[in-house]
Amino acid sequence: MLAHLPILQVVLPLLAAPSCLIMRRPKLVWLFTLIVSSIAFLISVALLQQVMESGPISYELGGWEQPWGIEYRIDELSAFLLLIVSAVSTVVLLAAHTSIQAEIAEDSQMMFYVLYLLSLTGMLGIISTGDVFNVFVFLEISSLSAYALIAMGDGRRALWASYQYLIMGTIGATFILIAIGLMYQMTGTLNMEDLSRRLPDVAHTRTMYAAYVFFVVGVCLKMALFPLHLWLPNAYSYAPSIVTAFFAATSTKVALYLLIRFTFSVFDFSFSFSTLPLQPVFLVLGFLGIFVASTAAIYQKNLKHLFAYSSVAQIGYMIVGYSIATSAGLMATLLHLFNHSLMKSALFLALAAVMYRLSSVQLSCLQGMGRQMPLTMAAIVVGGASLIGVPLTIGFVSKWFLVMAAIENGLWPVAVLVLLGSLLAIVYVWRVVEVAYFMEPMPGKDPVKEAPWSILVPVWLLVAANVYFGVDTRLSVQIAQAAADSLFGVSP
Amino acid sequence: MLIGLYNYWVVVALMMTGFYIVIAQGNLIKKIAGLIIFQTSVFIFYISVGKVDGATAPIVGDGFSQYSNPLPHVLILTAIVVGIATTALGLALIVRIREAYGSIEEDEIQKKDDQAC
Repeated sequence: MLAHLPILQVVLPLLAAPSCLIMRRPKLVWLFTLIVSSIAFLISVALLQQVMESGPISYELGGWEQPWGIEYRIDELSAFLLLIVSAVSTVVLLAAHTSIQAEIAEDSQMMFYVLYLLSLTGMLGIISTGDVFNVFVFLEISSLSAYALIAMGDGRRALWASYQYLIMGTIGATFILIAIGLMYQMTGTLNMEDLSRRLPDVAHTRTMYAAYVFFVVGVCLKMALFPLHLWLPNAYSYAPSIVTAFFAATSTKVALYLLIRFTFSVFDFSFSFSTLPLQPVFLVLGFLGIFVASTAAIYQKNLKHLFAYSSVAQIGYMIVGYSIATSAGLMATLLHLFNHSLMKSALFLALAAVMYRLSSVQLSCLQGMGRQMPLTMAAIVVGGASLIGVPLTIGFVSKWFLVMAAIENGLWPVAVLVLLGSLLAIVYVWRVVEVAYFMEPMPGKDPVKEAPWSILVPVWLLVAANVYFGVDTRLSVQIAQAAADSLFGVSP
Repeated sequence: MLIGLYNYWVVVALMMTGFYIVIAQGNLIKKIAGLIIFQTSVFIFYISVGKVDGATAPIVGDGFSQYSNPLPHVLILTAIVVGIATTALGLALIVRIREAYGSIEEDEIQKKDDQAC
């Protein structure tokens, strides 16, 4: 049983998804989904423990030896990502029933859970697999269910946002498919480990350059790296609140995982950074993303839009850390990946609470809410402080490591720009605080009650994690360090 | 070189045509059609990759020593299924967009969204 954990992680939610259709009552389906997600979380904890103790796990699907069969490979990086995705999914699901009840019609609630589980399957699959074509299949499983989930949002704008995401996402996935085809053409293999052995021989051909560029552009579309981020703000804003909280914390992170995986474990590291000018390109795009998206966030009137733009900016930070191209830089990226999923899931889940009470997330509706919904607003303030990088929150930890990594490599301008970017975050977070705490409630509007406990508890769980991992950084730093070291160990 | 690799030229031509349609067309259904052409070009690319010159279909028999590679064909079956799912989902979205906006032209939908603000 224990030996089969890598595949169980993926098969469990995949089989659970259609099983939801048998159960008719929304509450029952919700409970079932929650249990499945919790089991996936427990498996990921067990896997992480196993990997940290005894190194990477290789699992041969159906007993077929790699490179002929499909291999599932869990190393430090994948175990780390599995933990993030399944943990966030479980905590977000805790609040799902209450929030969904208010936002989605009764008869399609069951479908919501089916799609949610499929999307979770896709993400877990992308992370566990060691086969590049399998990556494409899981990518499409998670994307197709994501389009449908976003279209479940209230109002016609959700449909339009979902359509735009479908077009952009399919182009991105097809680009990745082309890259996989070109790689297969040159090497005759789809197994990642086998590819990494064979690619160096053909690395200096034009086909490989084309393959790499197709892959990077495709994955950047999925990751919403500036300037390919146009689908993200609308998709996040008009989707059901629970979906936003789940995706903001996971889907772009999984794309970033793919970029790291391909750069380090499939292509040679030196190929990405020496042969091709990836570093300057990504540094420029990362910083453009930070500044343009943060500035855009300042001018948003819709809170979901505001934090969605902030997500694009945070992807910029991760790309900056990645393009420093040292173990320290990569570690800062992984740490920020972990931290950002905690911040954004806390923030968007708090917005789900706002949505539940006010049925709107317009900034103007928040006037005076500091007094009427004190717990929800306090959660937004802590999450916002974490976004800025205030000490004792996780945002501080990742920015600290990012700045240190930059200084270690003599990239002083990078360190300065990272700090300047945080100033912009102060501006947009302050706008929310100002409206919620320093403005009188709109006259003639009935006072609202605090959000229900079923949403508040998961929100505060995430907020507590935001503070806990900001104070006690041992766990997250240790895992991120181990993952970064193992990636650099593979490619000297 | 030019003639011998003609199937790859077909791939490139289809790919660019499809991609151009997706970007340039304002009609949602035409966009989906462009997307299908774009994806189809990749299918043809994979199938071309599997072909070995002078080889036969991969069925063991007397007198044949060289076989084409069947794996890309199997892969592309999966990709075709994914493509169909994408198309179906896209068209279903268009149906609902038309019900909600009364139009399937990108600029008109954008205009209606801007007015509602």
